[in-house]
Amino acid sequence: MKRTWYAYPYVVWLLIFIVVPLLLIVYYAFTEITDEGVRFTLNNIIRLRDPIYLRVFLRSVWLALISTIACLLIGYPVALILASKEYRKKRILALFFVIPMWINFLVRTYAWMTLLEKNSAINVILNFLKLPPLNILYTDQAVVLGMVYNFLPFMVLPIYSVLVKLDKSIIEAAEDLGANYFIILRKIIIPLSLPGVMSGITMVFMPAITTFVISRLLGGGHYTLIGNLIEQQFIFTGDWNFGSALSFVLMIIILLSMLIMRKYDKDYEGGGAIW
Amino acid sequence: MQQEPIIRLVNVSKDYNGTEALKSINLYIRKNEFLTLLGPSGCGKTTTLRIIGGFEQPTEGEVYFEGKNITNLPPYKRNINTVFQKYALFPNMDVEGNIAFGLLVKKVDKKIIKRKVAEMLELVNLKGFEKRSIDSLSGGQQQRVAIARALINEPEVLLLDEPLGALDLKLRKDMQVELKKIQQYLGITFVYVTHDQEEALSMSDTIVVMKDGEIQQIGTPEMIYNEPKNAFVADFIGESNIIPGRMVRDRVVNFSDRDFECVDTGFAENEMVDVVVRPEDVKIVKREEGMLEGEVESVTFKGVHYEMMVRTKGYRWMVQSTLMEPVGAKVGLKILPHDIHIMKRAVSE
Repeated sequence: MKRTWYAYPYVVWLLIFIVVPLLLIVYYAFTEITDEGVRFTLNNIIRLRDPIYLRVFLRSVWLALISTIACLLIGYPVALILASKEYRKKRILALFFVIPMWINFLVRTYAWMTLLEKNSAINVILNFLKLPPLNILYTDQAVVLGMVYNFLPFMVLPIYSVLVKLDKSIIEAAEDLGANYFIILRKIIIPLSLPGVMSGITMVFMPAITTFVISRLLGGGHYTLIGNLIEQQFIFTGDWNFGSALSFVLMIIILLSMLIMRKYDKDYEGGGAIW
Repeated sequence: MQQEPIIRLVNVSKDYNGTEALKSINLYIRKNEFLTLLGPSGCGKTTTLRIIGGFEQPTEGEVYFEGKNITNLPPYKRNINTVFQKYALFPNMDVEGNIAFGLLVKKVDKKIIKRKVAEMLELVNLKGFEKRSIDSLSGGQQQRVAIARALINEPEVLLLDEPLGALDLKLRKDMQVELKKIQQYLGITFVYVTHDQEEALSMSDTIVVMKDGEIQQIGTPEMIYNEPKNAFVADFIGESNIIPGRMVRDRVVNFSDRDFECVDTGFAENEMVDVVVRPEDVKIVKREEGMLEGEVESVTFKGVHYEMMVRTKGYRWMVQSTLMEPVGAKVGLKILPHDIHIMKRAVSE
């Protein structure tokens, strides 16, 4: 108890770089500058009802959802394999997963631009094999691909760490009682790894819904997501109030989705939540 | 009463990346007996259990179940169930879900499952606990659920891997009695692993003492306690005074510079041996009447008796007696011939 002052530097840091900026966003979101000075307004929020912006929001949520689901579908089996007895000793596969994370995220995304080009290596090979070329650069597919590629480790790692810690005797007990691998997977492993799945989903969904780099590079200029819209307001348009309003609504969306996740998590943990 | 053993291990060895966990074990387990694998940690007792359960394959040797070779059969194809060391209950299910698991997997009719779960809960004294979550149970209750879960499949053999290790002393004693009762009531074979010699002595029909992957002695608790085969067993099963000695001739052994009368025969003349005397078999008498003279070095009150360390020439004797001699008292020690156990010197030491 006496040592709480150790935390003070962090508290100061927290105040300056997190709490104050958040308050500023709220402040800007609900004010506007008029000739008489600054005054409170809801106009910035009301402006969001414009179908153009609504569509941007919807598309962002939609693409983030698809990416998250894709990450889960790919990531879960990968985590299972990585956590299995055979691979745990050899770290090779795990290393393959981590190495790309050492390379800057922008560089990797630029690499995808090159790979998806009209005359890319992939298309040369496809052409050689007499297969139709892949032309997805600057489409939704490319954006989703970029997100899945970049965020997959954030799905795999939390699930992996839960799976690795799973008490092996629980699985042995299930085997002992006559369960085959699929029953064990369905009744024991998946339910017990849900906390990992939940944090994986959170860690993919959040950066996916806020990204503006992937959508700009792989989606081309016309594929605007909320992230791009916010960036635009602050950097090019200079409308900080509207930008803040967008950010504020985005934060609300994220908070709501976290709450929903939390609720499902609780429901599950309760098991017999009847009483 | 000659009976076909239910389980037989023939020359079973297990090697973990170069370290020998089991060295050619031969063991048979009779139907309906309570057999305990006893030994210090790392002696191979758990490995033996896991091989019987099918969780490990022996590097060499075979396992037979009622005469059939089951060496390579997976756990779920054996009519054997296991109670794991840390219970290994499914934390995502309630008590009923845990116990019913084995039957659900076998797609048994729901009504039958319900009835059998209730029966099992009654057997382990947890009536009405069906809907409780695992977290809400105490260690002892979790243990009971683990036992019920293993027993619902009606195994012919139940394997228990140090099941009482995590419980406090009082609860452990209660559970020992209860486990024994369950075993007798169901009339099935229990194979029990523990490092607690007292537990082994009080519950077992047969004890298998193990050390370094080898069986040291197999016998009834009385046999193991009264006639330990070597110094290790004597030391591990209860406290012992172990003194190096020399067989003078049949029925006479020399240790502490004195000849003692004993009951053992069959050793070579002047063969070096280990002499084992239980602390409760060393009598404290008046100095003049003793066979050995010594001085009390320390006294510890142990509840039923006092434990005294008595220094004689060349050895410190552990003596247990209900009568206390004060520290520093000069006393005599007396040992009766049938309380002296002569053992062949262990080759390795």
